Amino acid sequence: MSAVLEVTNIKKNFGGISAVADVSFDVREGEILGLIGPNGCGKSTLFNCILGQLTPSGGEVKLDGKVVTGLRPSELNKLGVSRTFQLLQVFPKLSVRENLILAGQEHQGNMASRLVGRSDAGLTEAANQMIGFFKLDHLAAEPAGGLSYGQQKLLDAAMAFMGGPRLVLLDEPAGGVNPSMLADLKDRLVAINREKNATFVVIEHNMEFVMSLCSRVMVMAEGKVLAMGRPDEVRKNPAVIEAYLGH
Amino acid sequence: MNGFGKPLKIALGLIVIAGLIIVPMNFNRYGLFILSQWAVMTIAAMGLNLTLGYAGQVSLAQGAFVGIGAYAAAIMTTHGWPLPAAIVVAVLLSFGVGWVLGYPALRVQHHYLAFVTLAFSTLAFLVFRNESWLTGGIYGISNIPRPHIFGIATNKPLPFYYVCLGSLAIVSLAVWWLIRSPWGRAFMALRENPLRAQSLGIDTRRYTLMAFAIGSALGGVAGALYAPLTQYIDPVPFNLSLSLDLLMMVIVGGAGFYFGPFLGAMIAVLLPEWLRFTEGYYLMLYAIAVMLLLIWSPTGILGILDRYLADRRTKAASALRAVAKSRLETVQ
Repeated sequence: MSAVLEVTNIKKNFGGISAVADVSFDVREGEILGLIGPNGCGKSTLFNCILGQLTPSGGEVKLDGKVVTGLRPSELNKLGVSRTFQLLQVFPKLSVRENLILAGQEHQGNMASRLVGRSDAGLTEAANQMIGFFKLDHLAAEPAGGLSYGQQKLLDAAMAFMGGPRLVLLDEPAGGVNPSMLADLKDRLVAINREKNATFVVIEHNMEFVMSLCSRVMVMAEGKVLAMGRPDEVRKNPAVIEAYLGH
Repeated sequence: MNGFGKPLKIALGLIVIAGLIIVPMNFNRYGLFILSQWAVMTIAAMGLNLTLGYAGQVSLAQGAFVGIGAYAAAIMTTHGWPLPAAIVVAVLLSFGVGWVLGYPALRVQHHYLAFVTLAFSTLAFLVFRNESWLTGGIYGISNIPRPHIFGIATNKPLPFYYVCLGSLAIVSLAVWWLIRSPWGRAFMALRENPLRAQSLGIDTRRYTLMAFAIGSALGGVAGALYAPLTQYIDPVPFNLSLSLDLLMMVIVGGAGFYFGPFLGAMIAVLLPEWLRFTEGYYLMLYAIAVMLLLIWSPTGILGILDRYLADRRTKAASALRAVAKSRLETVQ
């Protein structure tokens, strides 16, 4: 399996604090990689460096073998890299359907066609399919701000898939989602992973969720990679138990 | 505003349009001037509403763009060019300058951006006043001709009012199209959450510059109509207070609402006329009214309507849910 994403020696310092210290790993085509570690260990900072939201203090990010370090988040998104945020980031005043159309519109046509073309950028059908896929049918026309937290979390994830991404970085998708909706979310992620051959990197604290979803797990502590391997290997690793999982 | 039925909305719209065409036929010269001024200021305020209301970029320079458009039109038409050509130049010029003024917005936001645009506003005023070789300086430019449209002279107030009204109609349709297009959605995303917008592939830099450029271009259109309306321009009407007036129109009417500028410009242009009987107290009353309005509804007049309709929708929805629930219980 070839690597979709190669991260080499990424560093990020904030003043005197080294939030990410020399992290290297790769993400293989079609896999679901879990990223775990204690709060403040640099997981989200690492995401932000990969996605161009932060400029890394050093190191290199390659997408499909091409260097993409320093590209803007919107440019990376156009190359097929999508993300969700730790905190909810839906557009509360837009309806569920409009949120999804917004999430996909920049992947259709060009600036000119988005001005003179159809107001839905030809995405109503695709948005409806996504709504059906995430079981939000009865809420399609509702303003997103009126949905429950769990439903907004589903919408947030659905938005990340509207552009048909190859690589999706999910930052704590399970946080605050109730168990039955969480099972739904996992099913959807697995289905998209298999059907669309989309690759995921998932930051998560819910161990059950990570261990059952991911094919590999990377553990970070104090800005460094502590361990990387299959979920069952990582779970038994003494250093990981010491730093994060607990006895 | 989904509370009204669609046919009702269309009927209401047609009545207003017919009213704007027919009623002023009996107006005197001054009444027509005021109404033309309303149409022109609405165009400028619609531009600012795009930049500020939809895309969330604060600008205190819209008055300067009205000035740029007005001087472009005044200089060109007094040198024999037709007004439509002058409008094209005014649009291109203010679009270009607006685009450049957008660059600071890529680095600074909110109050800081307000200060940058305020500085630009002052700069533009100084150019209008000091570059007398081009602008006539403090003496201004007089005898600005009104155009012939399809061979019809628009010297008289009524035909020129129709020129202003027709321009307003064209601009309104264009803006309506723009805000319903993916661009409009991207502008709103820019205002609500630029970080998330970027992660969805929205090129926030380009859309920010476009929001400034298009909003400014509409200021230019308004200016290019203002010059032949007053037939005389000097720098004074285009100083900072016009930018503040336009900001007031957008906020009082309701920033981010399509009809906000129409309403805001109506209040700003017509209220002084209606409050004429109060003589010196007019500005005080206006100031108090604006303060009370913004305390009551920070989202402007249309914000009140929006809140009322949202309340009604929520009530209707919960009534429906209650009915559904009681049916469910009956079945059980």
